Amino acid sequence: MLTKSQAKLFFLAGTIIFSLIFLALSYDTTVNQLDEITHAENLSEEAIKGRIIWDENNCMGCHTLLGEGAYYAPELTKVVERRGAGYIKGALMSPTPWGEHTSGRKMVAYGFSEEEANSLVAFFTWIGEIETNGFPAKPAYEVEKIDTEVE
Amino acid sequence: MKFKTQKIAYWFFLSALMLFSLQIIYGFIMGFAHMGMDGLHDYIPFNTARATHTNLLVVWLILGFMGAAYYIIPEESQTELYSPKLAIIQLVAFLIVGVIAIGGFHFNWWEGRKFLEIPRPLDFLVVVDVLAFMFNILMTLFKGKRQTTTAMVLTMGLLFMALLYLPGMVWFDNHTLDSFYRWYVVHLWVEGVWELIMGGILAFLLIKITGVDREVIEKWLYVIVGLTFLSGILGTGHHFYYIGVPSYWLWIGGIFSALEPFAFLGMALFAINMYRKGEKKHPNKTALQWTLGAAVVSFFGAGVLGAAHTLPGVNLYTHGTLVTAMHGHMAFWGAYAMIVFAMIAYAMPNLTGRKHYDTNITRYAFWISNVGMIGMTTAFGAAGIAQVYMERIIGIEFMQTQVEIQSHFLVLVLSATVFSIGIGLYIYNFFQYGQPTDEALIKD
Repeated sequence: MLTKSQAKLFFLAGTIIFSLIFLALSYDTTVNQLDEITHAENLSEEAIKGRIIWDENNCMGCHTLLGEGAYYAPELTKVVERRGAGYIKGALMSPTPWGEHTSGRKMVAYGFSEEEANSLVAFFTWIGEIETNGFPAKPAYEVEKIDTEVE
Repeated sequence: MKFKTQKIAYWFFLSALMLFSLQIIYGFIMGFAHMGMDGLHDYIPFNTARATHTNLLVVWLILGFMGAAYYIIPEESQTELYSPKLAIIQLVAFLIVGVIAIGGFHFNWWEGRKFLEIPRPLDFLVVVDVLAFMFNILMTLFKGKRQTTTAMVLTMGLLFMALLYLPGMVWFDNHTLDSFYRWYVVHLWVEGVWELIMGGILAFLLIKITGVDREVIEKWLYVIVGLTFLSGILGTGHHFYYIGVPSYWLWIGGIFSALEPFAFLGMALFAINMYRKGEKKHPNKTALQWTLGAAVVSFFGAGVLGAAHTLPGVNLYTHGTLVTAMHGHMAFWGAYAMIVFAMIAYAMPNLTGRKHYDTNITRYAFWISNVGMIGMTTAFGAAGIAQVYMERIIGIEFMQTQVEIQSHFLVLVLSATVFSIGIGLYIYNFFQYGQPTDEALIKD
């Protein structure tokens, strides 16, 4: 039967071994591979500025980016590819809440300057090029909305 | 209680319950917003409500853990707390920092980093405060007559929690790198060192309530926290899958995440077996109910519902959807909220000398809150699964999908109302006890 000191050894040895493996893998990921996977060479000053705006306004409090954040507003990993820079800038620079007259779900009306909006687009463009192991998955179907409302 | 200074715990428990109530209010704001009722948008937009909701959760749970430690450590070490004055200063400072942080969220002062939204300058104050807390606990342990495994595991959990806050305070230009180290804090807290804290509290409660021999309970405590780290450390990989990391994290994260439920299963079996072995003579059935409840619900919420969407093939579709909210709510409730409730339910009669346990109110508080939480989890699950199929598989646009799944949020808000009634009863019971008194001291 297992004794208390054997149980303690199991806990301590397991913790130490798996912590070391985790640290080694973290090192490999962050030092050896991350720059290549995220195309860090394309991370421009402008994109970093965009990232700061992203952070300072807690955009993750509604949206997800790389699937991380809140589930109230659209996923933005591939937003540049999906919507194009013009649409994104429209949402960012709008003086009234975006979405108010379409879906009804409002975005905060940040009213960003053109320069700020360009920085955020640069940030999203950089994010969109990160190799993400296949996320977001391409939907298996393409559907169109049929308007069933009778005039 | 056995030591006068254990009374400090009461103020931590009181603060925790008040902040929990506020957390629930912000949850309702978000639930209604998801249904299209966002009348508070101009004052409390969704991102403010969200940051407030999750940060209040973290703050009140930590206050609960600190209260538990201030109750448990003197009793385990058989000595008075090193400095009750420092404990009060540390509590007040923690609350002030918390209030400034939450207030700041309403004025767009924050960092947009999920769960770690508290602005950097305040992070330093949090660290100082937690260090003061740890100093107090460690000094108590140091001057104590004995160092038990239960006390050591609890203290280790608290100490690692403080240390692991640091990787989240470093600025990286690369968003992926920032996210990578953010999970060092968030994941290694909730699926690592917080489980040590939970295990420590659970062991203490089982020793006290079941009367089973300390040596037996503590032996299994080691096994369970061993399993937790064995699976949980590399299980961090499930947060890395899709944020821009090498693909080996898919299988490492997948394999070790699949093992994570076993730690929780171990915890549940441990609690149930100790109860079976025990004498069942302890009169505080309310504390027992919450203790066993925490062990079982955490297995379901954290273990089973976590495993349901943690494998890479599934997570590719569920990542960043309401499925995560389904798992998150029941996991935090079962593993952490319920263990804090168990601790409060155990401590209050001892702190006040009044016996308001095992009444209709305590029984209703337990069952109504849990039934409400099951309803909330189901509503999030239904909304999340519908979202995955519509948006991720069929390719319907995000907002169209959101409109289609709005009805699930009505179920969510109704279930949350039931949940809140349960919580209200629990808090009512808490106030029935009144304040702690020295008259409740028991001499061995």
